[in-house]
Amino acid sequence: MMTVEEFGRLLRTRAISAVEMTEECLARIERENARLNAFILVMADEARRQAREADEEMAAGTDRGPLHGVPISIKDLVDVRGTPTSAASRVREGHRATSDAPVIANLRHGGAVILGKTNLHEFAFGTTNEDSAFGPALHPHDPSRSPGGSSGGSAISIATGMALATVGTDTGGSIRIPAAACGVVGLKPTYAEVSAEGVVPLSHTLDHVGPLARTVTDTWYAYHGLVGRWPLRQLSATPVSGLRLAVPRKYFCDLLDEEVRTRFESAIETLRSAGASIENVEIPHASLIAPIYLHIVFGEAAALHAPTLESMPERYTTPVRLRLEMARYVLAEDYVRALAGRDLLGDEVDRTLAACDALVLPTLPIPAPPIGANTVRVGSTDQPVRNLMLRLTQLFNLTGHPAISLPCGVTKAGLPCGLQLAGARMQTDALLRIALAIEIVLNR
Amino acid sequence: MTIEAWLQAAIADAERRGLPELKPLLESLAEATRALRAAGFTPELRDNPKSQS
Repeated sequence: MMTVEEFGRLLRTRAISAVEMTEECLARIERENARLNAFILVMADEARRQAREADEEMAAGTDRGPLHGVPISIKDLVDVRGTPTSAASRVREGHRATSDAPVIANLRHGGAVILGKTNLHEFAFGTTNEDSAFGPALHPHDPSRSPGGSSGGSAISIATGMALATVGTDTGGSIRIPAAACGVVGLKPTYAEVSAEGVVPLSHTLDHVGPLARTVTDTWYAYHGLVGRWPLRQLSATPVSGLRLAVPRKYFCDLLDEEVRTRFESAIETLRSAGASIENVEIPHASLIAPIYLHIVFGEAAALHAPTLESMPERYTTPVRLRLEMARYVLAEDYVRALAGRDLLGDEVDRTLAACDALVLPTLPIPAPPIGANTVRVGSTDQPVRNLMLRLTQLFNLTGHPAISLPCGVTKAGLPCGLQLAGARMQTDALLRIALAIEIVLNR
Repeated sequence: MTIEAWLQAAIADAERRGLPELKPLLESLAEATRALRAAGFTPELRDNPKSQS
């Protein structure tokens, strides 16, 4: 499967055209989508037209940059003009976007070819992609399992080569979770760095928009494509020798599947051998991350959904409707307490990052869970799937720090594991330079 | 409002609205609220968070 970087090189030597690349992606969608349910809407004719235009422009000497002619998929939570933004919910029936979200306008300006809209957990309010008006999206390596969510269709589209890059959203881990589960790269940039306008909201202080792709370099291209601003220099890897990495052991490594733990510790040893300094650190209030997160996401999601919960409750999938109804009972005083707790967590992450270059931790404590499982056994206890899926990612939605998930080996059953890095706020490029260095070391 | 009073009122309201399935969800939310309140986060501490460490 080709990367954005390889495609760009071949495109510029006329070894491949945007039309050929787009046709290859459309053929993969044709072959795989009935099995995996990754796409809600395939825009084949429109994609072919955009690809022809990209080739004509290139032939005429206009090069729009790294995303010129690159076929991408879009989570169906983001407005693409002339198409419905379903949010994978019947609540949105009849919707049609009259304009592009700014991130889509930026991608179009960069020459990207839009292939279609991908499946997700309804309203992005879930981590498994099981609850969707269009049926569940399925894991590309084992269709009896969840691809993770909520940007599950997006991650599948990258893992299977149906697209070269994709746009996801992340409110508690919805980019990084499916990236880890499917074995691709997923970036949640710093809060508010990428516009969330024209994106169906879930929780306005936690929602982030970001890319998934096959490599860190491709993710960097897609991230800058979303922002609409190209850096002057190509992404380069931070030297691993001397890199200061901090592992928050307590809480973040307390509850891990044994195979996930083995892959994570092996990655840490590989980085240490390559010259990185690894220190154990502590986020003092880490045990309160979940209660703080829940009261904020529930309070904000309930406010957004209250009108449609009253007017068309039957259009929600039952699990999502029930959790939103529960969310309506959060008291204002507890929401405000959670905001105070969030500030404290932000300070604790800032203080930790002041003494290192990045935090490093697993992305998911378990491999992709079976579809329909409410609990998964970790060690000697059964744990709720939803709590596990969010456990290691939601902190950085609360604090707004950029975080990225990289592939970190596979289990004996062939299920991917993810390594998560988090860096200083508004330093997403610096985090990507570290991620590139780590990707190189782990792939040696 | 205490958590116990809130939980009782929430369950009663959910049943009145024809949503008895919410009971276990509300009970798990109550556990999270207990943990949140036990931490003693207050808005004043947003201006002086170091006093909480």
